[in-house]
Amino acid sequence: MTWFERFSAGLKEFYYGPYRQTFARAKQEEDDLFMMLVLSEALGVPNPASYYTIELLPVMYDRVHEWHTRMGLDRSPLDQFSCCC
Amino acid sequence: MNSVLLAVIGVAMILAGYFLYSKYLANRVYRLEPNFTTPSHELTDGVDYVPTNKYVLWGHHFTSVAGAAPIVGPAVAVIWGWLPAFLWVTIGTIFMAGMHDMGALWASVRNKGKSIGALSERYIGARGANLFLVVIFLLLLMVNAAFAVVIANLLISTPTAVIPTWGAIVVALLIGQAIYRFKWNLAAVSVVGVVALYALILIGNSVPLSLPETVMGIPDNAVWIIILFVYAGIASILPVWLLLQPRDYINGLQLFIGLGLLYGSVLLAGRDMVAPAFNSNVPEGTPSLVPLLFVTIACGAISGFHGMVASGTSSKQLDKETDARFVGYFGAVGEGLLALGAIIATTAGFRTLADWESVYSAFNEGGVTAFVNGGGSIMNAGLGLSTTLSATVLATMAVLFAATTMDTGVRLQRFVVQEAGEAMRLTVGKGAATIIAVAVALGLTFGAGLDGSGGLLIWPLFGTTNQLMAGLTLGILAVMLLRRKRTIVPVVLPMIFLLAMTVYALFVQLGTFYRDSNWLLLVLDLIILVAAVWVIVESIGAMNRARQGEGADDEEVEQASTSQDRSS
Repeated sequence: MTWFERFSAGLKEFYYGPYRQTFARAKQEEDDLFMMLVLSEALGVPNPASYYTIELLPVMYDRVHEWHTRMGLDRSPLDQFSCCC
Repeated sequence: MNSVLLAVIGVAMILAGYFLYSKYLANRVYRLEPNFTTPSHELTDGVDYVPTNKYVLWGHHFTSVAGAAPIVGPAVAVIWGWLPAFLWVTIGTIFMAGMHDMGALWASVRNKGKSIGALSERYIGARGANLFLVVIFLLLLMVNAAFAVVIANLLISTPTAVIPTWGAIVVALLIGQAIYRFKWNLAAVSVVGVVALYALILIGNSVPLSLPETVMGIPDNAVWIIILFVYAGIASILPVWLLLQPRDYINGLQLFIGLGLLYGSVLLAGRDMVAPAFNSNVPEGTPSLVPLLFVTIACGAISGFHGMVASGTSSKQLDKETDARFVGYFGAVGEGLLALGAIIATTAGFRTLADWESVYSAFNEGGVTAFVNGGGSIMNAGLGLSTTLSATVLATMAVLFAATTMDTGVRLQRFVVQEAGEAMRLTVGKGAATIIAVAVALGLTFGAGLDGSGGLLIWPLFGTTNQLMAGLTLGILAVMLLRRKRTIVPVVLPMIFLLAMTVYALFVQLGTFYRDSNWLLLVLDLIILVAAVWVIVESIGAMNRARQGEGADDEEVEQASTSQDRSS
């Protein structure tokens, strides 16, 4: 790395560093909201966008697992999503 | 005495402290190990625990701990003359602040990056942790109330600072947009941001703005205080990327530039100190130097708040344990240099002794306004900037320090209110918690009258609360060192001195508040006094238990054995 690249990287770290945790928390909240939207039908909430969101389900297994453990549920609350049986 | 000589002596002393004393502390007392697995490596999560370059971490640590306090404290304390303030700042930085900040980092690193609150529970007892919550609530309350008054007074005494102060918010908002929405290059945006900030100072300098003396029967400083709290309340609810983050960042850059300008102009101006070394002609009503000096200057000499930052965020990002010397001790050095700059500005920046005495006409008079005017005069002589422009630069610098601390303070106080609500099984919403945080601080500010004098009256109480926090941290350090059978003299001597002065000051102030029938402050003083005695009793008990060999640092022993296993 040239000195300018190192300086630039340091500057970036100086900008983002103090708020890393806050951003991570905001991102997590956003993800949880997104998750709820995608899974709303399974949860019994009518979802007008289910035609689009259904395609996303297969790629969300890991995230569903993280989400329900974060919510304090040891096992997946959804019958269709047995990510940790 | 010439101010350059004083600056050179002060800087040399503090740097000698870094090169010699901190080396002794690192090798003999804390015994920092380059191979110790720090929490940033052990618990890396890309969020809180991130190994960070030591220069960057120093920048974060220093800008987080540097608020308005290292300016306000010395600017008030020079009323006793420049020498006591100078000695307390230099000796305090060398033997107390550096040791305390570096020690807090070490203590937290050795305990998986836990905060001082969590450590007090482990080393001093559960009551220590409760005490910590009370102290932190009071500390935030005082910071919010006092800083609002400091900023309001500055905006009135330096109307040229009004445009750059509020303009800085617009600059921060634009920087946030440029980086997050348009993904522009950070280095370029930073340069443009700093240039825009200084351009605003130039505009403000030619367009001074001030409020009418009364607005609907409310005096102008009270109006500013209300506006400031409304701003802080809104800022604390907005997403951080929008305002707080770019604002803190631009303020961090500005801090380095401001310090450079101040020291550069001290060197170039070569002014003599006009204030006496010891002021024997103090205005009536000025409290005695001992013990008030030691609580009036907290940040810049030793400050408990630094321990909160060191153990709260910095310790989780420390790459190597040996970096604690640079980040912790040198962070305190930066703070000491800021305080030293404030002492020189408020004592060498006046034409004659009579001028200085007219500004320092009563205790708590002068203060930051003296820093702005005195420092402005030095910058005028050193860099050739006009006196008003220099004053605007310094006033903006002081306001930005205070304002960034204040909006973060209101945000933190909101969290405290929400947590307290949770403890009582009440869900307090974001808005309601912010309103409570702002209302309590406003109540305190106007507790002594509509002129907002309550905010600054409590400033000496900030010192005592803050020093109490430092005492708690030093108590933890002493227990940890005793458990490891190491010398505790470098920690215990400052702790005894600090707690003795704090309790003494609390008693002195108690008498003053009683005579003035200031019941609000009397009650606050009593709470802090009880907490101080509590800290002392708990610390002595914990140290005695540690001396008798009770308790071992299990986690560290565990890590030591794991690393042994690994190596074998």
